[in-house]
Amino acid sequence: MRLLEYQAKQLFEEYGIKIPKGKTSKNIEQGRNVAKELGFPFVIKAQVPVGGRGKAGAIQKCNNADEFELKYSQILDMTVKGEKTRAILLEKMAEYKKELYLSLFLNRGKRCYTIITSSEGGVEIESVKNQIIREIGLGNVEKSVADEVAKAIGLKDNTINEFVDLVQRLSKLTIEKEAELAEINPVAVLNDGSILALDGKIITDDNASFRHPELAKFQERSELEEKAEKSGFTLVELDGNIAVVGNGAGLVMSTLDMLSDNGGKAACFLDVGGGATTESVYEALTLVSKMNKVKGILVNLYGGIVKTTTVASAFIKAYDEKLIDLPVFARLMGAESDKAKEMLRNTKTKLFDSVEAAINAAVIGVRK
Amino acid sequence: MNNIFELLQGRQGDPDYKKKPVIVQGITGKFGSLHTKLMVGYGTNIVAGVTPGKGGQEFEGVPIYNTAKEAVKATGAKISILFVPAKFFLGAAVDALDAGIKLLVAIPEHVPVRDTMTVLELAKKNDAIMIGPNTPGIMIPEVIKIGIMPASSFRAGDVVVLSKSGTLMYEVSHNLTEAGFGQCLTLGIGGDPINGTTLIDAFDMVKDYPDLRGIVVVGEIGGDAEETLAQHVIDSNFEKPIVAYVAGRAAPKEKRMGHAGAIVYGNYGSAESKVSMFNKANIPVAKRPAEVPMLLAGKFEKYKD
Repeated sequence: MRLLEYQAKQLFEEYGIKIPKGKTSKNIEQGRNVAKELGFPFVIKAQVPVGGRGKAGAIQKCNNADEFELKYSQILDMTVKGEKTRAILLEKMAEYKKELYLSLFLNRGKRCYTIITSSEGGVEIESVKNQIIREIGLGNVEKSVADEVAKAIGLKDNTINEFVDLVQRLSKLTIEKEAELAEINPVAVLNDGSILALDGKIITDDNASFRHPELAKFQERSELEEKAEKSGFTLVELDGNIAVVGNGAGLVMSTLDMLSDNGGKAACFLDVGGGATTESVYEALTLVSKMNKVKGILVNLYGGIVKTTTVASAFIKAYDEKLIDLPVFARLMGAESDKAKEMLRNTKTKLFDSVEAAINAAVIGVRK
Repeated sequence: MNNIFELLQGRQGDPDYKKKPVIVQGITGKFGSLHTKLMVGYGTNIVAGVTPGKGGQEFEGVPIYNTAKEAVKATGAKISILFVPAKFFLGAAVDALDAGIKLLVAIPEHVPVRDTMTVLELAKKNDAIMIGPNTPGIMIPEVIKIGIMPASSFRAGDVVVLSKSGTLMYEVSHNLTEAGFGQCLTLGIGGDPINGTTLIDAFDMVKDYPDLRGIVVVGEIGGDAEETLAQHVIDSNFEKPIVAYVAGRAAPKEKRMGHAGAIVYGNYGSAESKVSMFNKANIPVAKRPAEVPMLLAGKFEKYKD
């Protein structure tokens, strides 16, 4: 789960990491109260789960009430890289002399955590120069390592101790909350040498969420995505009009690629999981039927162990119960496919022998 | 490192040649029991099962023990396949490795990354191999199947298939089989961010196998396993044909596409990055799974010259 900035900062506060004074609001009335409480000037920051907010104009300074009325609404209505603003963080500005970069990151290639720091923060990680990188096993940063890193990026005097303390707190957070990434960019060095986390990005391990009921309040999913999870599916909503359903993440991704190569647009990515049963396919069709934009359903199942007639029964049940009235273009790999074809002969489900043929038919079918 | 072919089938002359004993942890669960039957049907020598609290009972004639330690003590098995739910993975895997298991095939999906890393450290210490988690398993077609793959997709032969995705491994192997290219080993490394056996590890396990004719790598977006493998192939001057397929070109960024590991951040983990590194290593990348056998045939043709 990717936390929003204000959520990450709540965790920072819990772990004793210093952050600027600020408060979150979700509408302009709430916002006006926060503005009164903080006093001008402050920064208006859109809370979206993607980077590049500064460039998109989703972070702006605000000096007075007139500016506030204009900018607050503008930023609240904003969409950054396809993500709508979820909330607005109003935050006091700090005077600082330097911006650093700090992150603890699960390095998949090296199969361990790494700490990355730099004296040149404030830009996206791809552009951060002079990175100091150390491997840190399961995420614990020894004091000696933190100290060495602080000196390597040129920190001096009391800032060294402040930074070592920050690194150790962030390390504790990473381990205890099972984060795959905990990033502070920038870390501001104030005029008195003390430091402050100006931004925060945390991605936690979804698979460990059963051990972290305390993080559930940050979970933000659409109703459909929630229903999918309950059924043990993965659903990612997309912008097109053809629902793509399959078993196995790789197979569904591959189907999405081929659909896009042939000029089709996917409405969703729906992985029903490794096996497929009458019940699971019926559940999947239930979910898809709730998406208004869908004009057709493309199904790619590599059963092998599963009988295609088992899956065909799900389609028939869905038509019988008037759950769906959409055309289905399906490629079902597995036993008894002749029998499945016979079962579906007079329905809106068409079976194809190859994925390619099913995709072509779907792309043409939804244009009609 | 243990020789994977020797672990799976032994040496000619061994009393248990091509009949290596395997234990199943989580044998009485819905998934474990179904696939135990299918594996036995394929000819895999399943000698014991483990389900805590059911020790002393039997499943389809296979004796059940409470712990992997007891099962290994009774049978001498070095291979275990694990079907327990994700939250019990850590305990079951540690039990198996402590018992002396040398090849642990971890099927469960949704294992916390921290648990995988903890088990991996223990496996390294014990000189054991972990495949997975979130893997469909490993097989030598027509000899041994330790996993959940449908048998009908595979035939014996001389091509190795290494895959991040389960169903795509079946799909690609099926296409190869139809085109007349059988397989000498197929291995799913799993769709998680941290894999017990990486693409590079798997490549090193098979690259010197004398009967190997070529390798097919089935990758997907996320991480940099494909990129590092491509570099490793260049560095090791490996000359036999390799063909790749990468799924996820059309996936949006920063969205987890079903597999915990299938997520792109910026350019890190993107399909373009993987395809361009494969091209650099002279590994052609198929646009669709059905194209893999054609590209492989083309490579074989050239390799002959």
